[in-house]
Amino acid sequence: MFRDAALVAGKDLRIEARSRVAMNQVAPFAVLVLILFAFALDPDHGVLVKAAAGLYWVAVLFSSLLAVQRSFAVEAADSARDGLRLSGLDPAGIFLGKAGAVAAQLLALEVLLGVGIVAFYDTRLHGAALLIATAIVATIGLAAAGTVYGILAAGLRVRETLLPLLVLPAVAPVLLAATRAWEVALGQSADNGWRWVQLLGVFAVVYVAFGVLAFGPLMEES
Amino acid sequence: MPLAVRFRAAVSLLGRFPALAGVDLDVGMGEVVLVQGPNGAGKTTLLRACAGLVAVASGEASVLGHDLTRDRRAVRRRIGLLGHATFLYDDLTVADNVRFAVRAAGGSASGPELDAALARLQLDGRLRDVVVARLSAGQRRRVAVAALVARRPELWLLDEPHAGLDADGRNLLDALVVAAAADGAAVVVASHEVERAGAIAHRAVTMAGGQIHAASPGPPAAAREPASVS
Repeated sequence: MFRDAALVAGKDLRIEARSRVAMNQVAPFAVLVLILFAFALDPDHGVLVKAAAGLYWVAVLFSSLLAVQRSFAVEAADSARDGLRLSGLDPAGIFLGKAGAVAAQLLALEVLLGVGIVAFYDTRLHGAALLIATAIVATIGLAAAGTVYGILAAGLRVRETLLPLLVLPAVAPVLLAATRAWEVALGQSADNGWRWVQLLGVFAVVYVAFGVLAFGPLMEES
Repeated sequence: MPLAVRFRAAVSLLGRFPALAGVDLDVGMGEVVLVQGPNGAGKTTLLRACAGLVAVASGEASVLGHDLTRDRRAVRRRIGLLGHATFLYDDLTVADNVRFAVRAAGGSASGPELDAALARLQLDGRLRDVVVARLSAGQRRRVAVAALVARRPELWLLDEPHAGLDADGRNLLDALVVAAAADGAAVVVASHEVERAGAIAHRAVTMAGGQIHAASPGPPAAAREPASVS
């Protein structure tokens, strides 16, 4: 399973390295979202600072949709998904590989957006451990949930419009928990941020486990 | 002769439509069988059912000893399908695509093996590191054939395999099919180019309305000159 996961993740990341869709389209989109929020809330700078965590994770969430769509678009072209099914790769390995590649791209994007909120929102990053732990666990959950719904929508003609409708409600807990944890780390709240990281961990474990078990049947039926 | 494919009254549904409406077919190891018939006869569905991509709803369906009605996935690593689509990734190079196909099937795709597969399809040299999106349709087809050959499948399923290939490519493909069968692989070819595909087949069957209506023995492939490799 892990050999297959590494093979699929390597393939997806190599495709990204060559096509540079994440670098040339997803990353600019995410930064643009941050800038537009800044324009919208600029008159009251205090609101921008207070809302930085939430705005950051909304930008990550929207970007994750694009990353997941791209991940399955490469399988839709020239029936590559049939090729993947025919390959005999372990479906759980395919799931982990595709989710891993999406997660790697999202983590790189989150670093960029982290710089963005410091630059555009004048935010100070305090609790480095909490910020990093939140980012990693939330990203695993986002990538796993996105990949599960990505394969669910993959065989449908309306997949591009259906995917956000499926993913956004499902990952609402990630948005909530990651925002709360980052508010603590950014000094905007005195709550216990690690409790939110635990919630994110539960979400990630549930979706990774579900994906490992369900990806095969979903891939066959989609 | 051990059987690679054994279908008895096999039915496959596309929605509610029975694309296979009770197919009986035997294909032995080392045998090349041509499946001919009009558009919509069920040829492509038959190949996809053999590959486990389409479920067999009723009847018996066994491929390389695996019962497809119980498990469609187990046998896939041993099958190579060349369909209307090439299953290639546009943003990967020729070598990357072939290497991924081989490794996904459990092979090693070491440098010399990969180079040999690419050279057989005349994809070595400059073409080796070209991104597939930049290739012509015929060149893409060659890459798909290279991936198929490099995987060394025990059952070859070829759907209109000559489409898009130039004369050299067609001769090369025919030679590879004959060689694979001589090595013991079973080959099922669905084609409208009956004369061309019939020249490399041991026998032909005719499909219509999702059923096999007629079988005709052909001359043994071993009795003919294999196509030349240019």
